[in-house]
Amino acid sequence: MIEMWLSALGGAALGVMESAGQFALLVQSTVRWMFKSKIEWRQTLIQCARIGADSLPVTLMTTFFTGMVLALQGGASTEHFFNQPLFVGMLVGFAIVMELSPVMTALVVAGRAGAAIAAELGTMKVTEQIDALYTLGTDPVRYLVIPRVLAFILVLPFLVVISDFSGILGGYLVAKVKYQIPPSVFWHDIVDTMRVRHFMHGYIKAYVFAVAVSLICCYKGVTARGGAEGVGKSTTQAVVLSMVAIFVLDYLATAVLVALGIT
Amino acid sequence: MIEARGVVKRFGSRTILRGVDISVATGETLVIIGGSGCGKSTLLKCVVGLLHPDGGSVTVDGRDIAKCRNEAEVADYRRRFGYLFQEGALFDSMTIWENVTFGLRYLTDISPARYRRLAREKLAMVGLKDIEDFRPAELSGGMKKRVALARAIAAEPSYILYDEPTTGLDPIMSDVINDLILDLQKQLKVTSIVVTHDMKSAYKIASRIAMLHEGRVLGQGSPNDFKTSADPRIHQFVNGLSQGPIKMKLKDYEPDAAEGA
Repeated sequence: MIEMWLSALGGAALGVMESAGQFALLVQSTVRWMFKSKIEWRQTLIQCARIGADSLPVTLMTTFFTGMVLALQGGASTEHFFNQPLFVGMLVGFAIVMELSPVMTALVVAGRAGAAIAAELGTMKVTEQIDALYTLGTDPVRYLVIPRVLAFILVLPFLVVISDFSGILGGYLVAKVKYQIPPSVFWHDIVDTMRVRHFMHGYIKAYVFAVAVSLICCYKGVTARGGAEGVGKSTTQAVVLSMVAIFVLDYLATAVLVALGIT
Repeated sequence: MIEARGVVKRFGSRTILRGVDISVATGETLVIIGGSGCGKSTLLKCVVGLLHPDGGSVTVDGRDIAKCRNEAEVADYRRRFGYLFQEGALFDSMTIWENVTFGLRYLTDISPARYRRLAREKLAMVGLKDIEDFRPAELSGGMKKRVALARAIAAEPSYILYDEPTTGLDPIMSDVINDLILDLQKQLKVTSIVVTHDMKSAYKIASRIAMLHEGRVLGQGSPNDFKTSADPRIHQFVNGLSQGPIKMKLKDYEPDAAEGA
């Protein structure tokens, strides 16, 4: 019995090591091709349009409602202690710009565009289209992975900036309608306390998430195996791994940014 | 000339090829036959460089892809091949003409302005016209195979590798594909390796046949040699007999005699 457990444990450990090695090779190959060959700009633009168009409405809605919730909770809490809602704009501004907008946007994009990428590349893999790319003289990393990684890097920070505005607008609406906070007070709360570095804090995180999510989803796609079921499994794993990576990297990136004084 | 010497290929603990020796002379059409899972497609992928052998070597015109030192050498190696995949492997996000001309960008110096006309010409060679703007999903199985064949010959390779070209097609369409393969060989004077388990197709298109069994070459010879082979395993395979030395399980689970009693 113990032998069986040890064997299962060893097998699982080997599997994890193998996946880590394959992922590292994909990253290495991506970096090498990115600097060595001509970028497929047409493919990159197509991917930018897909990722942006796919994710924009749901991203805007998510951060808009998050901003509304923040304003509602912030207003209710301060009203409880100070008999009036205070610093609602500041609370919404900091929380949205530094943390929630990049994280929520990355989660939404991972669930929407990341899953689509894993499913598309996975289907290409199991129907031998990726092998066909090799035989037709191009490297799949160059033709498929780099345009998607670049598109994420170009589009995700842009979506985060739009989400910043959407979240703040959501908070502003609640502050105005629910707590009758004058617009000038709400905006002054934000403008008087927030600096460019606070905005940069969230903006830099967006780049970190873009690289991680795009590479994970591409990796899960190009390593899919076993037909429709395999593609489904890879797609689910791509989304779950991306989400875990977003939270882990969020902490690590925050720690680095705090250490660098970008906070 | 293609030469495979002692090719071994393993996937995890399973050894698929156990030392395959095969050579294909220039202008020849070698048909590799064998049961499902015997390593035919794996060997083809080792030849084109999609898989790397764990042992032995594959050389094409004296060049071994495993020894290519840079991307240019790898590209030069791949440029020699056209590859017809079992299911076509057409890019479903592209139109037919984009599929046919996809490799030209990477394998040739032909100007993109000429791609559409070239696609029309290659499609005409496989008997198709007025489908340039269709998508693969809009075509039948036989048409997809023909488009894939047009794509394989678009860059005018010296070698064409066919992975089960007639699998999944009706008998008439299978014969049409066989005729196309013969026709292309005459027109383009290419060297071909065809992997199949369709004996009718093998007899029709082969200059020579080799049979793979359990990861090794069981026998090689002309179509006539195979028709009259005294080897019981070759005889069983080419005649499609369920009884013989090659054992195939009828059922994954055979009820115990005692259980039935």
